Amino acid sequence: MKRREFLTLPAAAIGGTLLYTLAGEPMRLQAQNGTVKVPLRFFTAEEARVITAACARILPSDASGPGATEANVVIYIDRQLAGPYGRDKYRYTRGPWVESYPEHGYQGKASPSETYREGLKMLGDFASLSPDNQDAKLRSIEKSHFFQLLRQHTIEGMFCDPMHGGNAGLIGWQLVGYPGPQMSYRNEVDKHFGQPWRPKPASLEQIAGRPGKPWEDEKS
Amino acid sequence: MTNLKPVDVAIIGGGWTGLLTAKEITEKTSLSVAVFERGGPRRLADYAVTMDELDYNIRLRMMQNTAEETITHRHSLKDSAVPVRQHGSFHPGTGTGGAGEHWGGASFRFLPDVFTLRTHLLQKHGAARLPEDLSIQDWAVTYDDIEPRYWKAEQMMGISGKAGNLRGQKIDGGNIFEGPRRQEYPTPPLKHSYASSMFEAAVRRLGYHPYPTPAANLSEPYKNPDGIMRGACQYCGHCQRYGCMVGAKAQPSNLLMPVLARRKNFEFRTGSWVRRIVHKDGRATGIQFTGENGEEFFQPASTVVLASFTLNNSRLLLLSKIGTPYDPNTRKGTLGRNLTHQVGTNTRVFFDKPLNAFMGAGELGSRISDFDGDIGFTGAEGEPLRLGMIALSMNGRPPIGSFGIMPQGASKSNWGSEWKKTALEWTDRSASIGLAGEHLAWRENYMDLDPAYTDKFGDPLLRFTLNWTDHEYKQREFAEQIQARIAREMGAKFDEGRRPRDRYNVINYQSTHIQGGAIMGTTPENSVVNRYLQHWDVPNLFVIGASSFPQNAGPNPTLTVLALTYWATEVMTDRYFKHPEKLI
Repeated sequence: MKRREFLTLPAAAIGGTLLYTLAGEPMRLQAQNGTVKVPLRFFTAEEARVITAACARILPSDASGPGATEANVVIYIDRQLAGPYGRDKYRYTRGPWVESYPEHGYQGKASPSETYREGLKMLGDFASLSPDNQDAKLRSIEKSHFFQLLRQHTIEGMFCDPMHGGNAGLIGWQLVGYPGPQMSYRNEVDKHFGQPWRPKPASLEQIAGRPGKPWEDEKS
Repeated sequence: MTNLKPVDVAIIGGGWTGLLTAKEITEKTSLSVAVFERGGPRRLADYAVTMDELDYNIRLRMMQNTAEETITHRHSLKDSAVPVRQHGSFHPGTGTGGAGEHWGGASFRFLPDVFTLRTHLLQKHGAARLPEDLSIQDWAVTYDDIEPRYWKAEQMMGISGKAGNLRGQKIDGGNIFEGPRRQEYPTPPLKHSYASSMFEAAVRRLGYHPYPTPAANLSEPYKNPDGIMRGACQYCGHCQRYGCMVGAKAQPSNLLMPVLARRKNFEFRTGSWVRRIVHKDGRATGIQFTGENGEEFFQPASTVVLASFTLNNSRLLLLSKIGTPYDPNTRKGTLGRNLTHQVGTNTRVFFDKPLNAFMGAGELGSRISDFDGDIGFTGAEGEPLRLGMIALSMNGRPPIGSFGIMPQGASKSNWGSEWKKTALEWTDRSASIGLAGEHLAWRENYMDLDPAYTDKFGDPLLRFTLNWTDHEYKQREFAEQIQARIAREMGAKFDEGRRPRDRYNVINYQSTHIQGGAIMGTTPENSVVNRYLQHWDVPNLFVIGASSFPQNAGPNPTLTVLALTYWATEVMTDRYFKHPEKLI
């Protein structure tokens, strides 16, 4: 049996929301010495460090606000790749496999999880490079299917509902002023014209009063 | 293969058309009706915790599973097709209610001249000025035929809107170009948002005639003629690609299933994947389907109604060898002919002030029909034959999908520090002026069975041969000029400059308005079904849906699909069941 891998994160970075994102899961968070250990479903701890570093160049933590690292984007990606999406459960995967026009989209055989395994080889010891060299590395693979997935997944993990593992502490929604899936704007939609109206964000579970059922947790 | 107990009517597909057909037949007759839906069951309560952009808007959790079945696409007769491996340019639904659950709710009547398009264009331009490959034809019904059925569909759903032509009287604030309506809409229009009100004011200043999008998202509580009560839209912004968590959006699950659940002569079988319509000597004898656990069934039936999505209507007829497949070289044959989608183009508009665009409704918006059909066109150089509606809709801008929307060239990269900063600056400051353009039918755009790719059972996939022609490019370029004029009047920043004349693209979402393949017409030589949607060759088979549209009409098709369903079922219950033979 494969040894269970964990990602160690400072507890402070996670805030209060990560705990409930694992509700219903057989795995548990373990707080130790101001850090928490998040069980990984797909990546090894080393792979998670590489992906964390790469996501941090796509959405950096900088003067314009927190980035992929604070949102725990890597945990989001880890769960997606381990779930039905990562395994291509909902993509047409019969041959013949032929390359076609760009208008026909990705026609490759590799599933998202397989694409990441290949992509990790391209990234190599990415986590140990300087930020400039990291950017140069990413620019060199910018056109690859892997990078396009990584970029898209980084945005998804930054701004998804926290039940998917990213957007920790609703940090992505705070960054863009998105209030979460509120039940009603009936009394607001035709007001605040030209003015930013930014209610305090809340997650789907906080709003609905019961947990959602993220697709990645679907039993296959 | 297990033989089941015969039913009077077997209906294939549990979406809007199949369930509405079942409701009408079980209401007016005592015939036994069974609906076969390949997807799973669904209840309104399911939608309470599904307001999740990732799973529903991005991963498309409500749609058909492309791993089991998809379509293939090629641009021309010379190419070989490749599969559409993930949903892109349109979104077929599945499960109870089908695409009627995740739709946005736009509910238009088509312009009267849409129904006599070929005659209209011949009169206007003369045969010599119409391109030879144009494959358009008149519908076999007129606006007057289905006007009362439009009203039935509007009442059933409680459409929110404002009439612009009440029995010939033009009313400012409604769509003054629409065909005459006998009644005002059942409920008043939805509210406006900041962006849609700016659009409305700008087009009015330009001399156009804005009106609120008629919507199946209720503006106020409403009780329909079946006694179904629904509450008002909450403008939560989770509409298209979601089911409505309060049931304010008209969906088969909240309007048809509750009525059908009380009918003793109705049966609903989910998880039943219909593989063939079985027929002998010009009569359908029933349907063959595969159950959830892989077991095979034969369901004998006196009448079969094929009421699945456009794609599957054509595919099942092809697989069942009913009718003559269309040949684009000889233009002979009818099945699969006149595949149309929708012509669209968007001009993204950017503002100085925030829009609070996370608020919205499926069809909250303002639009103009000043260029719909061929209103105002004289046949001058540069004009397309037909155009469509131009609109600004605010249906709830989600945080993942909208991050990074910025004016062209605002950031050098599409990742990294500078990009992130720029994306944040432009967050919540953009909207889009769209086109719902009429897509004409062309000789080479059609459907048949793919020679190489198969579904999970090994049956051939449906193949699209579909590309844009010069006419569609002309439509887009003409619309972009109008959109630019409106954008300027709104004081918005927008990307100017001509856009490339790109080929048909299966990746980017356009609309789920796929039409044709089993079109209606006046003779078996020009159509698959007659004006009552009865198959010409197999009189106890009806084929209902947008598959019967001879060509796309521009506006969203659902209301017309429902009106045609009322039209066909009235004939079934009034005449056909008494004498189940050819109606024409």
